[in-house]
Amino acid sequence: MESQLPAEFAVNVDHEKCRRCKRCVINCSFGAIEFKDKVTPNSRLCVACHRCATFCPESAITITENPLDYKYGYNWTPEIRKNILKQAESGGIILTGMGNPKPYPIYWDHMLIDACQVTNPSIDPLREPMELRTYLGAKPDSLKFDENISLATELAPQVKLDIPIVFAAMSYGAISLNAHKALAMAATRMGTLMNTGEGGLHEEIAPYSDRIIVQVASGRFGVTSKYLNRSAAVEIKIGQGAKPGIGGHLPGEKVGEDISKTRMIPVGTDALSPAPHHDIYSIEDLSQLIYAIKETTDYKKPVSVKIAAVHNVAAIASGIVRAGADIVMLDGFRGGTGAAPMVIRDHVGIPIELALAAVDERLRQEGIRNRASILVGGSIRQSADVVKAIALGADACVIGTASLIAMGCRVCQKCYTGNCAWGIATQKPELVRRLNPEVAADRLCNLLTAWGHEIQEVLGSLGINAIESLRGSRERLRGVGLPQEALDILGIKHAGIGQ
Amino acid sequence: MKCDGIPSGCAISGMMSEQGRRIDGRIIIKSIACMHDRSNGLGGGFAAYGIYPKRKDMYAFHMMYDNMEAKETTEEFFKDYFNVDKDEPIPTQRQNGISNPPILWRYFLEVPENKLEFLTERDYVTNTVMKINSEIEGAFVASSGKNMGAFKGVGYPEDIGMFYKLEDYSAYIWTAHGRFPTNTPGWWGGAHPFTLLDWSVVHNGEISSYGINKRYLEMFGYKLELRTDTEVIAYLIDLLVRRHKLPIDKAVMSLASPFWKDIDRMEPEQKKTATMLRQIYGSTLLNGPFSIIVGHSNGMIGLNDRIKLRPMTAARKDDILYMASEESAIREIAPDLDEVWSPKAGTAVIGTLNDEVE
Repeated sequence: MESQLPAEFAVNVDHEKCRRCKRCVINCSFGAIEFKDKVTPNSRLCVACHRCATFCPESAITITENPLDYKYGYNWTPEIRKNILKQAESGGIILTGMGNPKPYPIYWDHMLIDACQVTNPSIDPLREPMELRTYLGAKPDSLKFDENISLATELAPQVKLDIPIVFAAMSYGAISLNAHKALAMAATRMGTLMNTGEGGLHEEIAPYSDRIIVQVASGRFGVTSKYLNRSAAVEIKIGQGAKPGIGGHLPGEKVGEDISKTRMIPVGTDALSPAPHHDIYSIEDLSQLIYAIKETTDYKKPVSVKIAAVHNVAAIASGIVRAGADIVMLDGFRGGTGAAPMVIRDHVGIPIELALAAVDERLRQEGIRNRASILVGGSIRQSADVVKAIALGADACVIGTASLIAMGCRVCQKCYTGNCAWGIATQKPELVRRLNPEVAADRLCNLLTAWGHEIQEVLGSLGINAIESLRGSRERLRGVGLPQEALDILGIKHAGIGQ
Repeated sequence: MKCDGIPSGCAISGMMSEQGRRIDGRIIIKSIACMHDRSNGLGGGFAAYGIYPKRKDMYAFHMMYDNMEAKETTEEFFKDYFNVDKDEPIPTQRQNGISNPPILWRYFLEVPENKLEFLTERDYVTNTVMKINSEIEGAFVASSGKNMGAFKGVGYPEDIGMFYKLEDYSAYIWTAHGRFPTNTPGWWGGAHPFTLLDWSVVHNGEISSYGINKRYLEMFGYKLELRTDTEVIAYLIDLLVRRHKLPIDKAVMSLASPFWKDIDRMEPEQKKTATMLRQIYGSTLLNGPFSIIVGHSNGMIGLNDRIKLRPMTAARKDDILYMASEESAIREIAPDLDEVWSPKAGTAVIGTLNDEVE
């Protein structure tokens, strides 16, 4: 069937400037540029990944949105019309990648942070210590000393973070080995963590394992007792913000020799993660899995449970903590993915800001907030989001999309095609080679260093010098332009209200 | 003697006889009056320990009532919850600079045995204090400890001291506060010291971590009803020392914890303790500028924030330990000192009662 879909972008080549070096042709992994006497774009295939424009030595390439107007219709937007055309042609579910791009309210952008004036002095982070260190893991209610004033409390395992930002779970399979290596190296250098996602632990990143969260998802890919023990922490993945309630699918063509070994599945077979864990049909089953992992790891690794932010998230999180999890990882509806049905990514779940506020408050009401750390992601875009998340009650944030962007990702949302021109979300050797792990690790470290400095600046302006004095301190946030109900859920006052 | 105070912030002063000698209230008034310019007349107060030797085993409730109705409701409440041994007005006299005092009344209470089936006596009393402050409109518990009391109100501290006739009381620990309220309105209940059971806190500064300290305490059932941040200090100390039974030096280490860079250099055992205190009690860290003096039946604790953003001087003369915002306030009452020093940031000065109170 001939496609009626118009091109999304228009690629323009300035032939005056072009020296016909063909670098763009080589770089385009989507086949959108050919050479026929001169550089000839096939705009229909362009995804706006900017690879050609970035590498053109003459800056001769520009990419614009295809200037094709549709008859105006507030209801029938061009996007909806195009989706219908696609489905009329394919009969399939529309796949997409990255996080929800729809204009739902972004609560981060409706919260403002306090600062000190006169009565409590601000602190200069260049002159005074400004502490970001955070420990993830279950904490007891109190610390006990015996008669000789020696410690009588043994602490559950704790993972030290030098900066309260962790790299999000992204599997080897969804992203390349070079991207995994870069994340592992950066996590080690910055004193934070990366997360294997559900794709197992490749031998080449095993040396970084004390800075790696290993994930146990419904497919159980690569899960052995050795895998569980070579880790900083173990995470049971129940759900993902981008696709709550559904599983995953790594197409067989991506399952080469290396992925086959790491995931422990035959070469060329589809790697299907079921929607639920087939041994978890309720909370007591989850508890069994948590303790099975704790037994396997001799109670030396914190166990995290990751869930997507859904309507009843607070009660679910409470159950998870009572089931024995040391960490609850909440993933908001804007979280990224390598591949998800658009209908799920764009319409299921709730914003992380509200989920976090509800969970933290619920755990406090039940007096069990200290029993587990809270990690939040989906989507944390900037250091200000980290500050606001911690003030709402998070122990630390996870960043997926932001870390990919740092490595070169242009958020073109074509991860599911396996054609990532930047060598990140692909398994094609010629593309993977484009990502130099050392350079990408440097870029990741730079991002975390920059955000760390920015967080320290904000702490200083708040007049506090330790991150624990921000954690859960909602008094330091004010809402702007939010309805009362949102303010109540967030547990913050409207701007203009003093103490 | 001329008194050179530097005009800034609130003023605090405290003194204790470690031998348990009792001293009358005129001296502490003199000390706090020296720092007159650090207050603005919107709050002053005193805590005194050892003042009710005849009823030292009873809970002495100092009450503030906005009206007779609140008083009647509270007295009905006391009848239900306690055996009331005695009640009387708190003696006061007319004093320039003091106007519109609430009804000030004190009660000596015992807890009936049958009330203590499921909780300790002190938890029981704490709960009643929380209940009165949060549920009885117009009633406020100024203090609730044994053999101690808080005397506070709106005015300059020296005027408050004379209004309450503190010269008639003898105590082995006195603490005092002169207030310069900025963030919170001046009202009688909001003056310092803040108390719970026998804990009293006078505080110069502002707790920038108030939001999380408050939410942490609420997890343990504390109700924070006052419009000021000092009550969190009193409740945190109550939680750490009384309920969690931390030694006092460990409790203050949670409130003003050492920096990680210093913890990392400690000896292994000490490092483990300090690390665990921060891991478990991170939400109790008092962040922001403060100097505080905490009084309790067995001693007095002085503490500064971790980077000493508010002043505090300590001194000794014979068996008496002094602490104050300014050295002048100590020299004013004890010109000839054995020892005087500025406590380091985040390092507590701990005074301990060595003898029986006389």
